[in-house]
Amino acid sequence: MIEIIKTGPFNTVQDLGRPGYRDIGVTASGAMDPLAVKVGNTLLGNDEGAAVIEVQTFPFQLRFSSKAVFTMTGADCRASLDRMELLPWCTYAAEAGQVLELGHPRTLTRAYICILGGIDVPPVMGSRSTSLRGGFGGAAGRFLVEGDVLDLCAAGEADLPENGLAVVDPAFALVDTFPVSSDGELLIRAIPAGEHELFGQDAERFWAQTWKISTQSDRTGYRLSGDPIKPLKPVEMRSHGVVPGVIQVPPGGEPIVQMSDANTAGGYPKIAGVIEADLWRLGQARIGSRLRFVRTTHPEALAAEREITKYLDDVRMTSQMVKRALKAMA
Amino acid sequence: MIASSPALQHDIVPSSSRRARISSIGSRAFLLEAPGEFDLASQRRIWALAGTLRGWEDLAEIVPGMTNLLAILRQTPEDPDVIVARLRDAWEGAQSIDLHGRMIEIAVHYGGEHATDLPAICDLSGLSDREVVRIHHEATYRVFALGSAPGFGYLHGLDPRIYVPRKTVPSLKMAKGCVTIGGMQTGVAVLTGPNGWNSIGFAELQMFDPFSPTPAIMAPGDTVRFVPQRIEL
Repeated sequence: MIEIIKTGPFNTVQDLGRPGYRDIGVTASGAMDPLAVKVGNTLLGNDEGAAVIEVQTFPFQLRFSSKAVFTMTGADCRASLDRMELLPWCTYAAEAGQVLELGHPRTLTRAYICILGGIDVPPVMGSRSTSLRGGFGGAAGRFLVEGDVLDLCAAGEADLPENGLAVVDPAFALVDTFPVSSDGELLIRAIPAGEHELFGQDAERFWAQTWKISTQSDRTGYRLSGDPIKPLKPVEMRSHGVVPGVIQVPPGGEPIVQMSDANTAGGYPKIAGVIEADLWRLGQARIGSRLRFVRTTHPEALAAEREITKYLDDVRMTSQMVKRALKAMA
Repeated sequence: MIASSPALQHDIVPSSSRRARISSIGSRAFLLEAPGEFDLASQRRIWALAGTLRGWEDLAEIVPGMTNLLAILRQTPEDPDVIVARLRDAWEGAQSIDLHGRMIEIAVHYGGEHATDLPAICDLSGLSDREVVRIHHEATYRVFALGSAPGFGYLHGLDPRIYVPRKTVPSLKMAKGCVTIGGMQTGVAVLTGPNGWNSIGFAELQMFDPFSPTPAIMAPGDTVRFVPQRIEL
């Protein structure tokens, strides 16, 4: 068991979400940085979709009620275990009673605490992720509060090296997979969507300009600020299904990117859609930071996904190899 | 290099043409929009298309909307044109089907504290509050699709005399259970929160239970009638 000692609002139990229910209006939810969750779980030997804690408001503290093996992925939060400094992307063993503390992140936005076995909250509609909007899943459908006690699923021995097993941060390991700008702006790849052409010249301004992630941004979506873009004439759309990454343009002209807790339906004109491979990078972008959209294609999106899969396979193979070697030596 | 897919670009045609419009959202989702009117005939063909697509192994999700359908693939396709062509073929071959859904009766308390937008609807339509309520509960509605919020059913069949545009400034905290009108549609709010539709009453019926094997009360094709339990004007 673990006990939440200190937390701000909006920290939740998440996994890879509950896709498959959009046709009855249920958002998929799930971690904003699913890659970090997959890496953390794979490193521990968990199922890659085991439930974790997504921390996005800091500081955050929890106490391990019993021995546990864990890792932190995503944002580097200057974490410590009983004041001993820890590194992200590395496994650690905690003794009963030890306190894990996460400070404000140096870079990025969201940190994931992955524990051997995974967080054991009752699955709802096939997932342990929290649906804040629907008020179900995770810890009783709400964000974590101080005093919450969470069970862990049963797990075998970790078989991890005593001084931990670490993985190269995907941002570095996959440096050639993701576009990098010379001016520090985040480059996010997207494919033109249904109403792209209806924006005329403004469509080019959408790709060319730098957008700022406004303070009106959360797990539901990011509202971008910049020079407004407008369709040539007002567009009246019938409600249709949407997915995270869709970039809609409301009448004001400042785009909204739907994220993990996206509404399942929408009616604003869509100018583009962020590719699957870049969603986690957007999920880690900070409020106030600047980004540009880079126009891409399906084949390029597929190539990027294959690189990510290769990296994840590599993490899995290596950690299994290390564990086997340790067992053989024992 | 200007990266664009010619087929996808060509498919952007006016909605008045008879071809379905197919576009992509991100790398794995494709949206098919039926040409023509927002009516039951178009929706029946969307239901038929959804039936056909249920047999496609490479689809992760099928999300029927209002005379449109979002198909979400398990994998990003190498060539999106292939998917567009397959969807177009499926649409061309889709026959109109009628879903024989359930009849759902929803008891409504018309007027009263939750009917916050009734006076505005009277102003817009020139009808009395009593007439607005009568016109609303005398009609028979069909569930076209579910979406937006858990278990929320978009209902078709509203009498044109009480069409009311969505509000430009949404109500910040409309209660779950409010019986509302949004444009040509009506529905019952399933979550308390911001809502741009116009409220004329309140229903107690629980529309969604995440712990039930069938979490949503409504399904596409169901018939809905609103039964006045109380009219408080």
